Amino acid sequence: MTSGDVQKSSRFVYLQVAPLALVLFFFFAIPVALVVLVSFFRYQMLVGMVPQFTSKNYVGLLSSPTTWALYLSTVKFTVIVLAITFVLGFWIAYFLVFHVRNLLTAIGLFLVCTVPFWTSNIIRMISWRPVLGKEGLINSGLIKAGIVSHPLDWLLFSDFSVVVAYVHLFTLFMIVPIFNSMARIDKSLLEAATDAGATRWGVVWNVVLPLSKTGIALGALFVVTLTMGDFFVVTVISGGLSGSATSGIFNDLQFLNYPRAAANAVILLVVVLLVAAAIFRVVDVRKELVR
Amino acid sequence: MNKDSASLAERRISRRSVLKGSAAIAASTAVTGFPTVWAQNLKDVTLNHTGMSYSTLADIAKEATKELGFKVEMSVVDHPGLTNRMVNDPKSIDIADMEIWQGKIMIPQGVTQAVEIAKIKNWGDLTPLYTEGVFAGKEVSRQGDSPIKFMYRDAKDGKSFVKGPTAWASFVPGVYNADTLGIRPDLVGRPITTWADLIAPEFKGKAAIQNIPAIGIMDAIMAMEAAGIVKYGDKGNPTKDELDKTISKLIELKKGGHFRALWNTFDESVNLMAAGEVVIQSMWSPAVTAVKTQGVKCVYQPLKEGYRGWGNGLGLMAHLDGLKLAAAYEYVNWYNSGWVGGFVAKQGYYSANPKTAKAALTENERGYFYEGRPATADITSPTGEKTDSAGAVRDGGSYEERFSKVGVWNNLMDQAEFMIAQWNAFSAA
Repeated sequence: MTSGDVQKSSRFVYLQVAPLALVLFFFFAIPVALVVLVSFFRYQMLVGMVPQFTSKNYVGLLSSPTTWALYLSTVKFTVIVLAITFVLGFWIAYFLVFHVRNLLTAIGLFLVCTVPFWTSNIIRMISWRPVLGKEGLINSGLIKAGIVSHPLDWLLFSDFSVVVAYVHLFTLFMIVPIFNSMARIDKSLLEAATDAGATRWGVVWNVVLPLSKTGIALGALFVVTLTMGDFFVVTVISGGLSGSATSGIFNDLQFLNYPRAAANAVILLVVVLLVAAAIFRVVDVRKELVR
Repeated sequence: MNKDSASLAERRISRRSVLKGSAAIAASTAVTGFPTVWAQNLKDVTLNHTGMSYSTLADIAKEATKELGFKVEMSVVDHPGLTNRMVNDPKSIDIADMEIWQGKIMIPQGVTQAVEIAKIKNWGDLTPLYTEGVFAGKEVSRQGDSPIKFMYRDAKDGKSFVKGPTAWASFVPGVYNADTLGIRPDLVGRPITTWADLIAPEFKGKAAIQNIPAIGIMDAIMAMEAAGIVKYGDKGNPTKDELDKTISKLIELKKGGHFRALWNTFDESVNLMAAGEVVIQSMWSPAVTAVKTQGVKCVYQPLKEGYRGWGNGLGLMAHLDGLKLAAAYEYVNWYNSGWVGGFVAKQGYYSANPKTAKAALTENERGYFYEGRPATADITSPTGEKTDSAGAVRDGGSYEERFSKVGVWNNLMDQAEFMIAQWNAFSAA
């Protein structure tokens, strides 16, 4: 290969990445840059934003106990939902990949997991109300069976119902990448481990889990970003009793307080990026994907 | 419709005759009353009416399109959605169906043009609640953003409000109502007479308040004042200290499990009430109607401290001119000419022109919705479902009784920024 060829091919590479780079530049980099810019503007009541530099938005937000309470609540939900969706997602994927012998059946069952996604997520979420409500399915069942005398309040409009809705909405995002990783595991590795005397748990712990790392990392990333960025589910299912980091942004927009909303958005972005960085630090997804 | 078109034709004629100095054209069109070019052009106009779900109703657009001959379309947004769209994308809207306090942001920014009162045909018939700040001979409450404070401007592009009356209105009066608490009479177990009952300990876990800060805070203020927890100099414009005390109490109540929910949308309030999750809560009138339509008992309970009033205004966006502006005037004139008034009455709202609205109702409906008389036959919702039986009297009595008792108006308070921050603390608590 001559040096000219190298130059040519490197130019070609730039050309190849150009479309994606341009899309990211115009639809990601510029908007984010604008949000960051606006987050340093001043807000004036009845007018909206005034292009004068101030760090008041950040100082105000970071020193406000409300912000911390909202983030704490968001992080709490994220951790709980992550744990539950991981356990569910891992075992469902494990079952589909290693227990269902017939590939067609496995694919069929996998499709069944996606059935709820054929409806809008608003419907999936709202449908918990008649189930969990005071006069709902579970409560009337329990009362008629004589198990409780008063309807259980904590079933709906509570942290419990928020977690239920999140798990229902987001488990699939855990199943899919883990399923994908597991499907690529060479089955003879499992046999070899068993032959070498590993117990069933040993196989899962020492072989399947490490080899599914990529899927788990990607699934976790999906669940974390979806939960942390959520505003609607938590508002509707908690009956407005729990807030999320995003609900503060929503309230600020009511009176054109774009600067504070932008500052809030930047903070949220930084937090999510930190979480993503942490996940990728534990698992080198790039390396695993090209494996 | 004929009358409207005729008046439009007259205006057109006078302009054309001045422009072209052609008496012949004026004469010929005046005879037919329908300049064909004009009528055809008007047909191509599409007016966009944007506002909140409670007043931006597809049925109104359908009827307007039918009667006016040009197309009217509705787009529904929430309060923040309207505020944001009017400022950021004003040309996507022609008629802004805003709440009066939203005008406080829009008019100084020059987003809307003033309405030439001479072009509003029945201005004199419109309720003095808006145009003069009096109702049934008495001065209307000035606490909060009372319509009269924002009714007039000094010129078409005037950016400040003036004490009227002038020849220029900020907006054409739209629908309005006096809000109160909704209750389930079968479940509260005792008569409800005061706003303080919203925070009464016996309704712990069975009460809800709306989570729309600008309005929710007013319900809270009414309740706090009634319960003697906080004293306000002006409920419509509380101080930081007063807001602080109000929100602290709200947080205390929330932490103690007093609120079953904080609702964000109209349908949520309907479901909470119909499903028996709450027995007393902030409510909007059509929500009460919706609960009743499901056959569940629900009362829009009048309270001794009075109502929380609110009103909408139809603003003409600044970009309207020529044909489109003429169509917009046609539309706003039609809006207060009867059909809309009759339609919204059945969901519990009032028309700015009670005279034509009453004429659009049957005698039974007129008696029930406006005159405080018992229904003589079934009362139905705008969509035809039964909401009340013969013999029933509307909660709160007659139109006059209701509006004589408005205690405070929905508003955008001076401390709104602080209030929103505090409200965030309440929703995060």
